[in-house]
Formats: sequence, structure tokens, C-alpha cells
Amino acid sequence: MEHFPALMIVLPLLAAPVAAALPNGRLPWLLTTAVSWGVLAMACFLLATVLGTGPISYEMGGWAPPWGIEFRIDTLNAFVLLIVAGIGAVVTPFAGPSARAEIPQRLQSLFYCLFLLTYTGLLGITATGDIFNMFVFLEISSLSSYALIALGRDRRALTAAYQYLIMGTIGATFFLIGVGLLYSVTGTLNIADLAERLPALEEARVVHTAFAFLVAGIALKLALFPLHLWLPNAYTYAPSAVSAFIAATATKVAVYVMIRVLFTVFGVEFSLGEMPLQPILVVLSVIGVVVTSLMAINQLDAKRLLAYSSVAQLGYMAIGIAFGTTLGLTAAITHVFNHALMKGALFLALGAVAYRIGSTRIHDMAGLAKVMPWTILAFAIGGLSLVGVPLTAGFISKWYLISAALEQGWWWLAVIMLITSLFAVMYVWKVIEVAWFRDLPESRADVREAPLSLLVPVWVLVAANVWFGIDTRFSAGVAARAAEALLGVAP
Amino acid sequence: MMGIDPVNALWLAIVVPLIGAIGVALTGRWPNVREAVTLVTGVVLLSIVVPLWPVVMAGDVPRLVLIETLPGLPIALSVEPLGMLFALIGSLLWIVTSVYAIGYMRGHHEKNQTRFYTCFAIAIACTMGVAFSDNMFTLFLFYEALTVSTYPLVTHAGTEAAKKGGRVYLGILISTSIVFQLLAIIWTYSLTGNLDFQEGGVFGGETPAWLIGVLYALFAFGIGKAALMPFHRWLPAAMVAPTPVSALLHAVAVVKAGVFTVLKVTVYLFGLDTITAAGANEWLLYVAGATILLASLVAMTKDNLKARLAYSTVSQLGYIVLGALLATQLGIIGGAMHIATHAFGKITLFFAAGAIMVAAHKTEVSQLDGLGKRMPWTFAAFTIGALSIIGLPPFAGLWSKWYLALATLETQHWVLLGILMVSSLLNIFYLLSIPMRAFFRTAAATAVDDGHDHGGEAPVACLLAMGFTSLACIVLFFYPGPLYDLAAMIVGVTP
Repeated sequence: MEHFPALMIVLPLLAAPVAAALPNGRLPWLLTTAVSWGVLAMACFLLATVLGTGPISYEMGGWAPPWGIEFRIDTLNAFVLLIVAGIGAVVTPFAGPSARAEIPQRLQSLFYCLFLLTYTGLLGITATGDIFNMFVFLEISSLSSYALIALGRDRRALTAAYQYLIMGTIGATFFLIGVGLLYSVTGTLNIADLAERLPALEEARVVHTAFAFLVAGIALKLALFPLHLWLPNAYTYAPSAVSAFIAATATKVAVYVMIRVLFTVFGVEFSLGEMPLQPILVVLSVIGVVVTSLMAINQLDAKRLLAYSSVAQLGYMAIGIAFGTTLGLTAAITHVFNHALMKGALFLALGAVAYRIGSTRIHDMAGLAKVMPWTILAFAIGGLSLVGVPLTAGFISKWYLISAALEQGWWWLAVIMLITSLFAVMYVWKVIEVAWFRDLPESRADVREAPLSLLVPVWVLVAANVWFGIDTRFSAGVAARAAEALLGVAP
Repeated sequence: MMGIDPVNALWLAIVVPLIGAIGVALTGRWPNVREAVTLVTGVVLLSIVVPLWPVVMAGDVPRLVLIETLPGLPIALSVEPLGMLFALIGSLLWIVTSVYAIGYMRGHHEKNQTRFYTCFAIAIACTMGVAFSDNMFTLFLFYEALTVSTYPLVTHAGTEAAKKGGRVYLGILISTSIVFQLLAIIWTYSLTGNLDFQEGGVFGGETPAWLIGVLYALFAFGIGKAALMPFHRWLPAAMVAPTPVSALLHAVAVVKAGVFTVLKVTVYLFGLDTITAAGANEWLLYVAGATILLASLVAMTKDNLKARLAYSTVSQLGYIVLGALLATQLGIIGGAMHIATHAFGKITLFFAAGAIMVAAHKTEVSQLDGLGKRMPWTFAAFTIGALSIIGLPPFAGLWSKWYLALATLETQHWVLLGILMVSSLLNIFYLLSIPMRAFFRTAAATAVDDGHDHGGEAPVACLLAMGFTSLACIVLFFYPGPLYDLAAMIVGVTP
């Protein structure tokens, strides 16, 4: 039990080479599914423990921090671990049939190996209490996800992966430079240690430089406007299961890193008070939300549309972070959770569409509701959640975000956020109207509903969207506790 | 009656139509069974709602908390006089409209009737939810659900025009509710930490007057279903729907959900004193006045019968909003009574319009010459409905207009009084001219024979429905007591 923090990283890490060694077929998939469910069980246990008895510190290999690597699990990262593990556990069953259809038979084992490595990386970033270790896991997840994206069946997946590779590497380099600079002045890499030593060095120009490098590096990974250019292509051309997994987890983990660095390492007074980050974040995010929402309306491919919408949604999270208040941070963390649910559901629904008709272009989805009603209904409910319709998870996020804006007296920001959610109505509606009201072309008359093995994961996430739109004790409740802990408001 | 506990009646009133919707969907293959399910559901619903009436009159407020979604923001139901009034009208007229719809939908050979009846039942469930909401948050949930559930009804025909109408419908209702209403709701919550409907409102003395004014305006325009200009365009756009939809939803349930919400917000979220003290209503009053007058003027130019009725509805909704905005006891009483009297009058007009469409396939006012001889009952009902809306004795519409006029006198808004009078004159012109044409003109000899001139009167089911609602217009004139008592209870005047 006490080894769970390490075990949940080691398990997928060890399973990855095993999956690569297994013959192409069902076995690698079954292994991956089993691992992801095991990890989910551990994540649930960890969160329950943290909520019950407070943060857990795990010394890797028995070496005490700050010399050894510490894995430190508090409310915030236990919550994010659960999100990553939960999405992983839903996406892997889906990946079986979906990847069999989309990825060449000879690459199946490799696919699951890469998938497990990405999974390891994301979990590792979240669990670790050591900032250099964070960089290492960041690279593990990034490198494997470049390869995963390149597996997409469209040849443009290669350029998309290459673009992501370049941008991602620049981001990681910035992050590493920031870490190096911090180490040069503090002599430690342990996050708790850094947090203790940095306040005394706040005047140092090196610290300011380190801060800038770290934030810029994370912003690239987080796809903060205008550093988002890698994201739409990567999400569009990746295999369906990969799009769903990465969209629901990778950028969320980047948001986590941002929160961790700003609020734990540097502290809110320094990050948002002394450094001019608040206006930068707010202005960039607001422009980003507006511009990318408008871009989403103009897309012809549903996956690409969702990708642009993701950039917009990440903008909302950045706004929440920029408030620097308990309410704002609660909004951002709640939205991390809710957005993972809605984007997961939406990308999986599109994966089911791609499974049947081999395309996610909006034009090709004409009349699809007649032959694939459950898939389209799932997309519609996920879309409602994305818009933020009451009784869906998206509404809860929106409520918190707007409350946080009004609390600051920034009513203009509240108005902008409400107007951009109208843009969301427009781009979601664009897909629904085509799928629901256009006539089904003759050539697609024999298309059937997606198989149950795809529908069940989709509907699990759809049900979660509705559940957490009504009962928010878990989602918003834990997020509020995490936010309070970060800002030192309550224990 | 069956002796249902009032608290249980609250959730049953929402669940029963939903069960009915499922029943309708399941029995879609057997139209007779399906229609029986609709009617039985309607009767059960009414028998659940009516026993709440004496409970409300006795001053009790049954309350039911379903679940706490956000801290301090439960989804909760309760019933007070205004909600009671709205629920009674909605559930009673649903039965009447269902009878009418059976005649209409079959006579008109509409397609996808199962979807039609299913969505109709869901819309009624949402309407009951709006009526019984205990706080603004719950009301907003049902308000939005009502918009979404009525969309398939508006686009029922599936034609290009229907889709276009549906887009306007959804576009205006969703954008006003999200950008203005939701903003106002969250803003109110962040100021007061409370969205419960309660006597005297949720605002304490510390909220500045200008902010009250801003919030009240956000609510007034954000409740797009009340069709305050310039956000009224969705209502004429919704007229592409089958006539029973226009009749029940766009003369009663949906639009009345809008004005009901305005009244509710005025009385229970802000409180009359808060509004008058802050002067939040002054300029809005003239927006409502302009809506009344302009919509009447537009109605005069419309040749399409349903479009004319739609603009007439916009104008009449303006009366109710005006009553709310006056923020006096008489204004609220008048507005609440107008919800009822206009419901009976306007639904009669729509029933008649639909009957004309089914029996004679006429949609334009100019085509109606001489039709009175062929469809005397239909046009008689139309005349009664029109007279009630104009506000002449012996018809129910007189009472609500009476109280509204008294309220403008009491607050010395002479301009508004003038608008009310002028608008009534305009009503006479654009509503009464219709039966006049039908009865006193003869059909033009050159009229094209489109092969539909075979029949005589409308289907019996349609006539029955029309007969009931037009009789109600007369009965409510002679016995307005129960209606007045309920309306007076809203502002704390007990009988």
C-alpha cells in the first residue's frame, strides 16, 4: 500500500517493454487495459488516503529528500492523477477495436508500448516532488506522444508530429533552462525545498529569469495562445484513441505543472504579484479564447474543431489561474477535471464515427444520426457540456469561472466568457445540425451503429459529464480543497 | 381527490409528463393507444396539480429539496400562488390542446407524430418545473430545458423554412439566456450568496442602486421568452411549428414561462420595494410600452394569420411585463391575471387559425373572405377570443386590463395609460377585422380552386377544444373571484 505512489508509475513503465515484446495481436491491448485499471485503482486509493490523512511523501529507493527523489502526493496531484488514470482506464478498452482499425497490424505492439510510456510520463510528472524529475517524465511523455501521433493513418500525421516535436522540444528546453537556473541559486531540485529557499532570493535577477523560462516552457506545453500552433494538427491527425487520450490528459497535466510552479514553487505573491504575469496571462488567454473559438467555428473537420475548442478551454483554465484567488483556482482545477470528461467523451464519439465511416470531416457526417443515433447523441451531450448547459459538468466550471471574475469585479471578463460560450454553441451546433438534419447519402445507407465495445467507453464518459453536472461534491469539492491548500487558506 | 402529499405532488407534476413522454414513445406504433396515453397523462397531471390549489390558498408552502448541486444552490421545488396559477393553466390547457392536436395532426396528415407528442410531453414537464421552482437556479435549469425540448417541435416540418425558423428560435433564446440572464444570476449570487425566491427579495440594503438597475435590466432582457423588444424575433420565427405547438407553447407555456419568470424575479428575487427604491424600472417601463405599441403596429401589417397572432402575442406579453415593471400590487395582480386571461383568449385564436388551415387550407388573412358561412363555429370562437384579448365585456380579458390600467393610474404613468388604450384600439382593428372579413365579405369569384374546398367545418376534436376555451373566456368574466384571489395572494393580499 505505501508503495503505491511509486508502483503506479513503475507498473506502466515496466509493462511498456513487455507490450513491445508481445506478438502483434490482442495481448498487448489486454495487458495495457489491465495495467490502466490497476493504476486507476491505485489512484483512487491515493486520493482517498490524501483526503483522509493529508499529503503523502514517498522516498524513491529509500533515499531521503532533498538528496533522493521524493514523490509527494497532495490533494491537487492526487486529483490530477485520478483524472489521468481514469481517462486512461476508459480510453484503453476503446483503443482495442479503434486501433485495430486505424493502425497497421505490424505496429500494434509498438503502439501499446508507446501508449504505456506516455501514460507513465504523464503520471510521473504529476506524482513527482522533484522538479528535475518532472522534466524527465515530461520528456518521456512527450517523446512517446510524438511517435503516437505519427502513427495516424493520414500522411499529414507525420508533419503534425514533427511540428509538435519541434515546439515540444523548445518548450522542454525552456523548462530545463529554468530548472538549471533555479538549481544554480538554490542548490536544490526538490519542490518543497525550493519553495522554502526561494522567498529569500526573490530579488535575484536569476530567479526572475528562471521564472520567465519556466513559464514560457510550460505555456508551450499547455498550448497557451499564441503558442498553441502545434496542437490543432497533432489532435487532428493522431489516431482516434490517441487524440482522446492526449486531449483529455496531456494539456491538463501541463496545467497542473503551471499551477505547481506558480503556486507551490514560487508562491502566489511572487508569481502574480511581483512578476507581471497576471496581465499577460489574462490578456493572452482572453484573446486566445475569442480567436480560437472563432477559428473552431470555421473548421471543416470535427476533430480539428474540437482541437481549436481545446485551446479555448485551456484559455479558460489559464484565466482561472491568473486570478490567483481561491475561487479562481477552484474554477481552473474543476475545469481541468470537467474538461477532461467532456473532451474525452467528444473525441471518443468521433473515434466511433471514424471507426464506421473512416472520416471525421463534418461534411461526411451528414445524416449520421439516423444510422448511428447513440454515437451522435453522445456527441451531442458532450457538446452540451462543452457549451456549459446546466446539468452538465461544463456548467459547473463556467459557474465557478464567472463567479471568480465577478468576485474580482471584472464583469467585462464575465461577459466575454459568456459570449465565447455562445461561440461554443455555434461550433457544436454546426456538427449536430449536419449529423441530425442533413439527409444521409445513399452511399452510407448501410453504415451501422458503432459496436458496443466502442459505445460503452463513450457513454461512461457521457454519464460522467451528467453526473458531475448534478453532484459536484466530488469534483468541485476536491478542487476547492486543493485550491485552499495551494493558497494556504485552510489546512 | 387521491390525497397525494403536497410535497410529493411537486415532483410528481414533473415526473408524470416525463413518464407520459416515454409511454408515448413506446406506443408510437399504435396511434390510438398513443393518443390515449397523452390524454391519460394530461388528466393525471391535472389531478395532481389541482389538489395543491387549496393548500396554496391556505397559505402553506410545500417545499422539496432534490439535491444540492453547488454549495448553497440546491435544486429545489416549492409552490406559491404565482406558480400555482401558471401550473393550473399549463396543465389544464395541455389536455385541451391534446384533444385539439389529435384532430389537427390527423386532419393535416403530419409526419413524425410520435416525436411530436413525446417532445410535447417533455416540454410540459419543463413548464411544470418552471412553475414549481424554488430558486432562480432551478428555474434557469428548467427554462433552458424548455428551450431545447421545444426546438424539435418548432422544426417539426423539417423544411428549409422550419430549420431557419428553428435557428432564430434557438439562437435568440439561448444567447439572451446565456449572456444576460446567466450573468445576472451569477452576479446576484456572488453579491448575495442566495438565489432563493423569498418575500422581499434577496438583496439587502448594501447593494448600490445602479447595480440593482443593471441586474434588473439584465434579467428583463435576459428572459428572452418574455419577448421584450428587441429580443422578440424568435416568437414570429417559431410560427413555422404545427399549430397546436403555436397554440400551447407559443401562446401559453413557453411565452408565459418568460413573463412568469419576469414576475417571479420582480416579486421574489428583487422585491417590489427594492426595485422602486432603486428606480430600476423607470426606463424599462418605456421599453415595455414601446413593445406593446410597436408589436401591435407590426401585427397590423401582417397578412399571414399566424404571424399576425404572433405579433399580437408579443404585444400582449408586453402588458404582463409592464405589470411586473410597475412594481406595485395592482400591477402584479393585473400581470398575473393577464397570464390567465390572455392564455385562454390567445389559445382560442390559434385553435381557430389551425382549424382554418386544416379545413380550408388558408393561411393568409386576405384569403378568408366569406369563409364564415362555411365555418361558423370556428369564426364564432375566434370572435370571442379576439374580444377577450381586446378587453371588452363580457369577456375575461377585461379584468386583467382593468387592473393594469389602474396600476398605471396609481403610479401616474399617463403615457403608459395612453399606450394601453391605443393598443386596445389597434387590437380591435387587427383582430376583429379577421372574422369581419369571414362573415361579411363574399369570396372573390376569381379565387383559385385548390381542390381543398370540399369540407365544411373543422374536425370535431378541434371544435371541442375551441368551444371549451372560448367558454372559459366568458366564464372567467362572470366568476373572476378564484383567479383574483390567487393573483392577490402573490402580493400578500389574502382573501
